[in-house]
Amino acid sequence: MATKEKTLVETQQRHMGMKALNRISNTAVYILLTVISIVWLLPFAFILLQSFRVESTSPVGYVIPQQWGLDNYLQLWNSDFKRWYINTFIIALFAAVFVTIIQLCMSYTLSRFRFKLRGPMMRFMLILGMFPGMLTMIILYRVLADLGLTQANAVPGLILVSVASSGMGYYVSKGFFDTIPKSLDEAARVDGATRLQVLYKIILPLSKPIVIYTILTAFMGPWGDYVFARYVAFGTSAGYNVAVGMYSWLTNDQIAQMYTTFCAGGVIVAIPVTILFLCLQKYYVEGVTGGAVKG
Amino acid sequence: MKKYSDLEFLRLSKWQKFCYRIIAFFCGIPGAIAGFFLNIGKTIQKGFQSFIAELKDIAITFTTGDWKTKVSYIVMGFGNLTHGQFLRGIMFLLFEIVFLFYMITTGGYWLSMLPSLGHQGPTKEYNAIYDQYTTTYNDNSFKILLYGVLTIFFIVAFIYTWRANVKQCKTINMILKRGGKLKRSGDDLRSLVDESFYKTLLALPLTGILVFTVMPIVFMVLVAFTNYDGAHNGYSNALFTWVGLDNFNTLFSWQSAGGGQSYSATFGEILTWTLIWAFLATFTNYFLGMFVAMMINKKGIRLKKMWRTILVMTVAIPQFISLLYVSKMFARNGLVNLTLQGMGLINSPLPFWENPMWARVTVIIINIWIGIPYLMLITTGILMNIPADLYESARIDGANGWQQYTKITLPYMLFITGPYLLTSFTGNMNNFNVIYLLTGGAPTNSAASGAAGSVGYTDLLITWLFKITTGAESQYYLASVVGIMVFVVVALISLVVYNLLPSIKNEEDYQ
Repeated sequence: MATKEKTLVETQQRHMGMKALNRISNTAVYILLTVISIVWLLPFAFILLQSFRVESTSPVGYVIPQQWGLDNYLQLWNSDFKRWYINTFIIALFAAVFVTIIQLCMSYTLSRFRFKLRGPMMRFMLILGMFPGMLTMIILYRVLADLGLTQANAVPGLILVSVASSGMGYYVSKGFFDTIPKSLDEAARVDGATRLQVLYKIILPLSKPIVIYTILTAFMGPWGDYVFARYVAFGTSAGYNVAVGMYSWLTNDQIAQMYTTFCAGGVIVAIPVTILFLCLQKYYVEGVTGGAVKG
Repeated sequence: MKKYSDLEFLRLSKWQKFCYRIIAFFCGIPGAIAGFFLNIGKTIQKGFQSFIAELKDIAITFTTGDWKTKVSYIVMGFGNLTHGQFLRGIMFLLFEIVFLFYMITTGGYWLSMLPSLGHQGPTKEYNAIYDQYTTTYNDNSFKILLYGVLTIFFIVAFIYTWRANVKQCKTINMILKRGGKLKRSGDDLRSLVDESFYKTLLALPLTGILVFTVMPIVFMVLVAFTNYDGAHNGYSNALFTWVGLDNFNTLFSWQSAGGGQSYSATFGEILTWTLIWAFLATFTNYFLGMFVAMMINKKGIRLKKMWRTILVMTVAIPQFISLLYVSKMFARNGLVNLTLQGMGLINSPLPFWENPMWARVTVIIINIWIGIPYLMLITTGILMNIPADLYESARIDGANGWQQYTKITLPYMLFITGPYLLTSFTGNMNNFNVIYLLTGGAPTNSAASGAAGSVGYTDLLITWLFKITTGAESQYYLASVVGIMVFVVVALISLVVYNLLPSIKNEEDYQ
């Protein structure tokens, strides 16, 4: 009797101990998460604050402006930034449409059809992917130059290049299509549907998440594209995208005049992309967690 | 190395098991490489055998076929046309006409110039009337190489089509012998949205890949065997030509380049840093990202969605903004240094981008800042998929948090994310954006000043490649050699890891 009671008390105590321990560890986690959130958001807050600074345009040792104003945004409006922004937006728009079509065609085919060259083709693309893509820049630049699609006309050239090889990035959406049961296709085929009808009557309606994911990533890609855009538009401001243009503001001879303008530009570029991203966050998370891992 | 059976393996102590696994991994490497070459040999042998079989089949079809078949050997699509398959017949015939036309008008020229890449460079003549030099442009090495490659592609496509044409005749004869019905043009068209729907779907993507990836890569691999650079651009200043393996010799020679250290030493340094960087960047992100995900997933933590959204938001902002901004933040007169100086913590600015060691560490730390949100997303999904009863039973057995992590979470995660880790490793090897936008390769490595491009201590192979092509001398041939080396390294690593990864071997198990 006595021993039984003792053990009961002991377990209760241990339980209490566990609870206390849990509370301590939870507090620690909260503190850590808060610190992490601050560290991750701080640079962006800095950019935002500095974009309103009026008193000096160069990097300084404090963050909160002494004099607030929209001068930097006005400066943006009067610079080539408008052109760059429109360029990038057009590229992103076209990429979102065509990259999505091409990638979905590719991944759907590789997921659903079994043909003789399927295996060799996938292996071949895997090997192709191991070559640094930058290597192809040299020749693509000369070819685009021959077609007259460089410098001031860089936008169509960049669209062409970013769309053309996008079929290689089929992995994520193929992973998604693999999860749709094949019995659905077969049932429809038995009922006399052609493969085309299977695609647009059965598969597409089920594929909303992956379509949105592909559009989103394809749209966001060109906003950060630096290296090829710089190569193609080399030296001609009219053909720059935002990344190339704004990079030129932070070179040693320009940074003293353009630093705060860069911050303002960063805000203008980041806001629409971030809002779009946050609205469609659910689909992005699904795509990343579902597809990136299975490969 | 002694191979243990399963039973013997289980009897080993923990430490022995660990050693055994490590040794087994490294002993497996030569086997994996040998297996790879053995496979290549087998593939070549198989290819040769099937080539012989094809030739035999072509000959047999010719001797046993009727006159229509025999004519088809010269006039492609004749067999199809005479049997009422107009669509196929016309396609074959058109392709043959276009091919012959192209070969006679221009293709032959490109092909004949390919071995020399042009005879006559631009010539200058003094014109006394205008008192100036006029330049006549002659051969164009760049175009010769480009169109030469295209012509070879075209010839291969023609042979393939011709073979298909012969096969068609064979099947027509077989079907007619059996008394079957031939497919009409309408059937062919209908099949493009049905049985052969994949051909329709793949046409556009594959053309894009062929023209904008395969062809450029073939071209650039060939450039490695030429002396194509800014001073030999093949047209306006001088022709370039084949130089054999000279460029590989340059990269691997021990002779000092332009007074500094040799190319091979520079290459070795950059390769070592690239591998170290890829390893650290991948695994710091992986473990810290997993750690953050586990914290957010922890039972009893509230506002899970808010924490996640805060981190995910940073994924949305284009990298060049955050990278460039942070790069300036850590500059000599940047925010961090000025703030620390203002607080009186340091007297002189910290050399974030000036000292090689500082720069490398800073780059890795900033990369953690960039990468954790993404890894957090990926790992969150997998962590939630781990069956909760595994943890439950572990807890009942008295396992503490650390034991649960090493015995359940980590093995599960490593198993599932194995392929992802590999792609992320190779992706980091080629992570141009982070390095170039943060440091541009700085600080400059003065010992390597003789090598092409201004090599810095944080330069990866890929940023070096970029610097070589955009530098003053634009040594494209060297960039091409470096690119090929990147491919070789990535391919070797992928090959070895692929053959040793459990989740690849047992892919079906996991699905």
